[in-house]
Amino acid sequence: MLIEFTGVSHVYPGSPRAVVQELDLTLTESRIGVIGANGSGKSTFARMLNGLIVPSSGTVSVNGLDTARKGREVRRQVGFCFTDPDSQIVMPTVAEDVAFGLRRRGLSKPEIAAKVATTLAAHGLEGYGEHPAHLLSAGQKQMLALSSILVTDPAILVMDEPTTLLDLRNTRRVVAAIESMHQHVILVTHHLDLLADFDRVLVFDESRLVFDGLPEKAVEHYLGLME
Amino acid sequence: MSTTIGLYRPGTSLLHRAPAGAKLLLLLVAGAGSVLLDTPLQTAVALVVVLLGYAVARIPVSVLLSSIRPLLWVLVPLGVFQTIVVGWERASVITGVILALVLVANLVTLTTMTTALIDVVVRVCGPLRRVGVDPERIGLLLNLAIRAVPLMAELAAQITEAQQARGQRVSVRAIAVPFVVGALRRADELGEALAARGFDD
Repeated sequence: MLIEFTGVSHVYPGSPRAVVQELDLTLTESRIGVIGANGSGKSTFARMLNGLIVPSSGTVSVNGLDTARKGREVRRQVGFCFTDPDSQIVMPTVAEDVAFGLRRRGLSKPEIAAKVATTLAAHGLEGYGEHPAHLLSAGQKQMLALSSILVTDPAILVMDEPTTLLDLRNTRRVVAAIESMHQHVILVTHHLDLLADFDRVLVFDESRLVFDGLPEKAVEHYLGLME
Repeated sequence: MSTTIGLYRPGTSLLHRAPAGAKLLLLLVAGAGSVLLDTPLQTAVALVVVLLGYAVARIPVSVLLSSIRPLLWVLVPLGVFQTIVVGWERASVITGVILALVLVANLVTLTTMTTALIDVVVRVCGPLRRVGVDPERIGLLLNLAIRAVPLMAELAAQITEAQQARGQRVSVRAIAVPFVVGALRRADELGEALAARGFDD
């Protein structure tokens, strides 16, 4: 994985100030954490990683693809998991939602069914295929959201506070899922303890990257900012 | 939270296994054929046939009743009005036909996965490609409309609950503003999620 931010700043239309300012960064590690206070720019940063947000100035490239010009190709490589699973579940039943992302990939129905079954089994949703998605528990919904992304086998997974709405048990399920993934993971979170084994942690504050380093030092820096 | 909308119920019955296209065609034929029903006896037979369909599909009586309950708000006043104006025989035919048609449509959605229904719509709309219409987009639109029902019901319940928690009486005006704002926010999030999952064209 090679993600490069070059001179990146972003201002939302109508907003007087930039949410991300003058960011130059290269990301190659397998597990990268992103922390910061609310409004510090970390969610905007996350959305730039798969071209959901194109920077007002500067460029973001993912494995050589410019997110501004090759957004669709980038999104094939970069899956995105949102905080609220209800926002990303688009089909009425569990299996249908997982199959949704495979609709345009030229796979046959048996191939799609096999991939869906394997993915559901791998994420604790075996037997729930025909269950209405909106009747799942919050934890199951987040595992469904994750399954729906992973079934397309992206090279990189960006997760924007995926455990914020979950209890401890379900948080642990998501963490276990992250640990078992072969994908590169970029995790935005307020749960600092999830990052202990990560390779690198970025700290955002007031729209700027203010620390970039190992988890322990990054968390220390962040806690210092909060005092 | 649960809603009474007729969404798919897993099963292995004959109706569950029947092709979605055939079921939709049957629904179309039932709709067109309903104009031929003219007497209370014919209407009663049609209703019995529909109920037999529920039995074949092994749909629980509780699900059937929950499908009928919201209809009563329309059927009862309509039945009373028609009885006064045109007599009980015509009134029973009119209300019976409406009930039978809604129950047939409900039976189709209860026994058919949404994906299968959408696939039929996409196939039927296939020729529209020639005039620049993307059938997949029509299918997705239908699907999102179905998906929006439980989401919006949940949103309305949350807003009502929040108002009650603040000691307010339920007021339609006080519900409308947060509901519209919440629905628009959900629509934004859903659009973002669709783009993230590759449906951004």
